[in-house]
Amino acid sequence: MEEKELRLEEDAILFEPIRRTGRPFYLTLSILVAIILWAVWTYLHQYRHGLGVTGLARPIFWGVYITNFVFFIGISHAGTLISAILRLAKAEWRRSITRSAEVITVLVLFFGVGNILMDLGRPDRMFNIIQFAQFRSPLLWDVSSITIYLTASSIYLYLPLIPDIALLRDYSGKRKWFYQIFALGWKGTERQHHLLEKGIAFMAILVIPVAISVHTVVSFVFAMTIQPMWHSAIFGPYFVAGAIFSGIAGLIVAMNLIRKVYHLEDYLRPVHFNNLGILLLVMTLLWFYFTFTEYITVYYGGEPIQMTIFWSKFTGGFAPYFWGMFLFCFVIPLPILSLRKTRTPLGTLIASISVIIGMWLERFVIVVPTLTNPRLPNEAVSYSPTWVEWSILAGCLSFFILLYMIFTKIFPIVSIWEVREGREKSVAEVQERIKTYLPGIGAE
Amino acid sequence: MRTAFSKGFLMHRWGMVIDLDKCTACQACVVACQAENNVAIIGPEESAKGRTIHWIELIPYIEGEYPHIKARLLPRPCMHCDNPPCTKVCPVYATYINEEGLVGQINHRCIGCRYCTTACPYTVKYFNWYPPDWPKELKGSLNRDVSVRTKGVVEKCTFCSHRLLRAREKAKIEGRDLLPEDYIPACVQACPSGAMYFGDLNDSNSTVSTLSRERRAFRLMEELGTEPKVIYLSEGM
Repeated sequence: MEEKELRLEEDAILFEPIRRTGRPFYLTLSILVAIILWAVWTYLHQYRHGLGVTGLARPIFWGVYITNFVFFIGISHAGTLISAILRLAKAEWRRSITRSAEVITVLVLFFGVGNILMDLGRPDRMFNIIQFAQFRSPLLWDVSSITIYLTASSIYLYLPLIPDIALLRDYSGKRKWFYQIFALGWKGTERQHHLLEKGIAFMAILVIPVAISVHTVVSFVFAMTIQPMWHSAIFGPYFVAGAIFSGIAGLIVAMNLIRKVYHLEDYLRPVHFNNLGILLLVMTLLWFYFTFTEYITVYYGGEPIQMTIFWSKFTGGFAPYFWGMFLFCFVIPLPILSLRKTRTPLGTLIASISVIIGMWLERFVIVVPTLTNPRLPNEAVSYSPTWVEWSILAGCLSFFILLYMIFTKIFPIVSIWEVREGREKSVAEVQERIKTYLPGIGAE
Repeated sequence: MRTAFSKGFLMHRWGMVIDLDKCTACQACVVACQAENNVAIIGPEESAKGRTIHWIELIPYIEGEYPHIKARLLPRPCMHCDNPPCTKVCPVYATYINEEGLVGQINHRCIGCRYCTTACPYTVKYFNWYPPDWPKELKGSLNRDVSVRTKGVVEKCTFCSHRLLRAREKAKIEGRDLLPEDYIPACVQACPSGAMYFGDLNDSNSTVSTLSRERRAFRLMEELGTEPKVIYLSEGM
């Protein structure tokens, strides 16, 4: 018992956010709540009057909401997927970042789904999707895939939380009954540890194909139609790569904030940002590769209907969005992430914010130009989102940040037991492991 | 399979022929459709934003290359494709193709996701951005055979399928089979220059069937494999 008390002191700073809540928290909270209330009012306004309050029209039937949908689902790929891959790869530097990543996934998914629901003309009929489900529709594939993904990532977030909840149950004093329930009687026995690790490993494997399927079927919503520049076989992998790209960027931003606000410089170290920065660099290049492939094939094919859209992006009305996307997704992050000197927490933060903006633009540039140039001649209609759509986007972002903040106030945002395990066991384990890689050190 | 079924010779397969040589682009079809199907009247302000609803519309297109350019106008109802891209994507079966080849729309089931509107290569689908509205004078003369849509749902040309229901009932009461001339959409009926024909494409002797085999016959974007049942007869040949 004495020993445990001591160990609590060791990582005391990780309990700080749960123990104490200062004025800045409430200040931020009230600002976010104000924005959210504004967005709720905006949505009620749209619900009352119809989607006419948006900038949408025929033939641009989809706009910011669908862009948001793809964008938020993309961000969700940060967490679970990256954490799962790092766990499976036994990357030891994962220990202090997995939790903050997994939370993103679970929370942001609600906003992806929420945007689809807000895009519906008759949200009151949304349960028709269950009652009259037509599985030929890619939208149903999305519904199924996202439901599985949300369930799996919630479990995957919860499992590694159990030992930490037990710690809080035993030592925090606050909300004891709550932690009591969710700790599921965790005592930290050998058997429990064994089961937990098995569970986590199983979920880590399960979650990878699920995550990939999610963004693939999101892309299929577009790719399964015969519309020019949507009907493309590359869309599945292109969207998955884009999702991981924006996901890592989202994670880096979140980690930077947690680090500053809760003074976790000791846990989220420059090396973490360096490593994630390298990962982001790889994704930057991969993103460029996919984008290049996508557009060069269209350009060489030279089909008039495709070229109309192509030129509307390169030189036409959508050029600011397209080149903005290129600037934010590639030109800005590439040099920052390439140089060791700028792959610092601050450097990766700047690159990540740039990537997030760029990836939102990418989704917009995929959705809107195709719809603006239908196959049959149409009156020239241009789409500019209204205050309603921007308010709802602001509301979604604020709501997401709010939920994330609240999470950090209830649960430790850095996995305490995993960090400890790393300190206590892994150093020796890794040493052993390295021995098995090499000849002539004595181990088999 | 569905296609094969709807093409089965026992069934009717309703289709339309539009002779562009005869069409004067007077838009009588557009007006007739508007009145027949309770299509909402959209004010000038919303129209400028691209929010009008026209189940049939005259679309301008340019033919030929400079200096031999001709501007044409083409009446465009729903193509009632045999292989419709819209029905595949609807998550709730609110748009479907029936055994007679009519592509229907269940306004009371539609959730307003607008997936079908984006999937249709002919952009024939329209959305109710606001609750539909009519000037006071018109409200009294709405067609009681056609349901009025609500805000937030998709609508489109149905080939006036309510008229088919009516014709069927009438034939039943009179104790006879349905004759092709019993069922005719409002636009075809209204066309003053007789440029529009309607009938059973499965009946090889019907006017539409004969015309559809003419040398002038073409369909819009046949290369997409949608198999439209609106057949145009080209101009000036």
